[in-house]
Amino acid sequence: MFAYIIRRILYAIPILIGVNLITFMLFFMVNTPDDMARAQLGAKQVTPELIASWKEEKGYDKPLFINTEAEGISKITETLFVQESAKLFSFDFGFSDSNRDIGSDIKERMFPSLAIALPTFMIALITNISLALLLVLFRGSVLDTSMMVIAVMIMSVSGLFYIIAGQVLFSKMWHWVPISGYESGWEGIKFIVLPVIIGVFAGMGSGVRWYRSIFLEQINQDYVRTARAKGLSELKVLFGHVLRNGMLPILTGVVVIIPSLFMGSLIMESFFGIPGLGSYTIDAINSQDFAIVKAMVFLGSVLYIVGLILTDISYTLFDPRVKLS
Amino acid sequence: MKFVVLWTDIMVWVLVFALLAWAWVLSRSPQVKKKWHTIFRSSIAMASAIILLFYLFFTLLDSLHLRFSATSTQSTGQAVQYDGEIVSLLDLLFVHSIENTERTYSAPFAIHEYATSIIVDKQGVTKQVYLPLKHVSSGDDIWIKSFFALLTGLGISVLLIVFHLFWYKERRLVDRLRKVWKGETELPWRTGYLTLTLLVMTFVWFYMLSYDYHVLGTDKVGGDVLYQSFKSIRTGVLIGILTTLVMLPVAILLGVSAGLFGGWVDDVIQYLYTTLSSIPGVLLIAAGVLSMQVMMDNNPAWFESTLERSDLRLLFLILILGVTSWTGLCRLLRAETLKISQIEFVTAAKAFGVGRFTIIRRHIIPNLMHIILISVVLDFSGLVLAEAVLSYVGVGVDPTMHSWGNMINQARLEMAREPMVWWSLFSAFVFMFILVLAANLFSDRIQTVLDPRNDT
Repeated sequence: MFAYIIRRILYAIPILIGVNLITFMLFFMVNTPDDMARAQLGAKQVTPELIASWKEEKGYDKPLFINTEAEGISKITETLFVQESAKLFSFDFGFSDSNRDIGSDIKERMFPSLAIALPTFMIALITNISLALLLVLFRGSVLDTSMMVIAVMIMSVSGLFYIIAGQVLFSKMWHWVPISGYESGWEGIKFIVLPVIIGVFAGMGSGVRWYRSIFLEQINQDYVRTARAKGLSELKVLFGHVLRNGMLPILTGVVVIIPSLFMGSLIMESFFGIPGLGSYTIDAINSQDFAIVKAMVFLGSVLYIVGLILTDISYTLFDPRVKLS
Repeated sequence: MKFVVLWTDIMVWVLVFALLAWAWVLSRSPQVKKKWHTIFRSSIAMASAIILLFYLFFTLLDSLHLRFSATSTQSTGQAVQYDGEIVSLLDLLFVHSIENTERTYSAPFAIHEYATSIIVDKQGVTKQVYLPLKHVSSGDDIWIKSFFALLTGLGISVLLIVFHLFWYKERRLVDRLRKVWKGETELPWRTGYLTLTLLVMTFVWFYMLSYDYHVLGTDKVGGDVLYQSFKSIRTGVLIGILTTLVMLPVAILLGVSAGLFGGWVDDVIQYLYTTLSSIPGVLLIAAGVLSMQVMMDNNPAWFESTLERSDLRLLFLILILGVTSWTGLCRLLRAETLKISQIEFVTAAKAFGVGRFTIIRRHIIPNLMHIILISVVLDFSGLVLAEAVLSYVGVGVDPTMHSWGNMINQARLEMAREPMVWWSLFSAFVFMFILVLAANLFSDRIQTVLDPRNDT
């Protein structure tokens, strides 16, 4: 098990290097170090000497991929790409265009993101699975078909609509919750309620459909028929057999996104004015701050890979047939 | 007058002709024909297909661009001067809506502006009044006009239906009509005709009244919302279908070769799609669009007009979306190819010495078709919705381009106003909802019919 995890982590390194390569190329395809220096120093009085000294100070005077002047291994290591990647791998994200430390910004903004994302995730998981089980229990009935129609409709509405409609109804017309803002601690709960409800509702359509199809696939299996033949009640069949065996496909889809909850939701956070990583990213995109975007891309990839590893581990916990090797 | 061909125009027409050619090839195989018949036997599938065709019609109408000469009288031998305005056929249809701009917001069917203005009258007294709109008829004959518009719509749809009845083989028109009426036709044409009539009548009603009113109101600078909503159709549909066109060849090629060849090819392809899919989608798109924006800012000489500029940006966006969205399908195809290549008929073909390429063409691709089709239709609705979100984030289509995302984005800023300016938001959401709902329902039907797991 331990050896397996180590190997998976080692396997993640080439993927992260690939991710870095992509962002690096996207960035330097359009931006030369000279451009960066000019933007940083301001438009006025930019002399070639100033640019050169800025580049030397920040380490941008090296070539992109291959340093022909260096000897041996440093032909590759003494380059911008390796230098930038090494910084990212040690989680040193550098400074944003507005000269703030990106690493400490991320640490600070992680918790507001989690405050929204975690409750949304948990509540959505529980309600979707229970609703799906309910529909499977009454499969083929009017309740089932009408709920499925509603689910397609919920899926077909843009997520932006739920947010806007929710804000207008609950905040503007009925004044139940503040329209946007954030506070840490229990006081902040009034800011969290609406985004969480909207997040759960918006994902309900596709969620319930997905869980329902997983359970329906199980319900036609032979072991379910055997369980019924033994005289088990339908409820016991559902919870004891269908739910347990449905866990495996559910885990595949669910565990992988848990680490990514840290990244927050872009749209939700910016509409509700929550100072999390999602709104951080949006602000960075709008102000074209590539350093932050690059850091978030790296962070997102790391979290995704962690999610993949967690998925594999959770398999062994739920399915005794799976052995990691 | 001359035709102007934008990049996305080429792509959309190529796609349409490819689809027609594909349909023609398919129609020669009786089994496939039967499958498609089964799909359309559901009245929901029929209705959603007609709605999708309706949207596609406006997309195509908006994908034929013209440029008119600046002066109508030219002496021969001289180079013809064209003014900068590139218009599509849809623009020509809505030329009155483009020209009849108001000063600012007005509600649907309103005859005065949304907000009061302060004016000074002849006696020198300042008053707050609702200024009348410039381009609406304030008469009370809206009911008569509506009646005639609906009648025209009915007439047009009857014409279309009769044309279709004639085109379809049946000895007597009356017999066929009776069959349709009773719902006895093999395919649910009654639902189809009803949907068509409803769509055409609504459109004609909106269209004819748009000469006298702003049917869906006006936006901040007085632009007609109805016209904007129809212009947005092209953007939404294009992002939905062209992205698929971009990603399909890549996904099929890489997925099939990974599954079939194994070894280092498989390793490389798996590495590629794991890397790409590990980057959060929106961020990769954002990084791509940001780089593209800088590139376009650095090369202003690439475009003659703002339309071409926004078109190129749309094209880049589609390419970037294609790059980010092929991984899921590729993974599915790889797994399925692995499974198929273990089945006896492939082994038999290999034993007979059939070439690799022929095996792929004859045995693998036909067995992957249902996965490809399902994921294409499923992706479509996701991409239409994604456009709105991306435009909101600021990495969507060009701000000058008409799109539902841009409409929502602009209207969102006015949410705090009292009473609310709701019509832009509402129109964008409704137009999007109908398209996405139709696509979702249609993909559900395709999934139930084509997925072999549902054969029991």
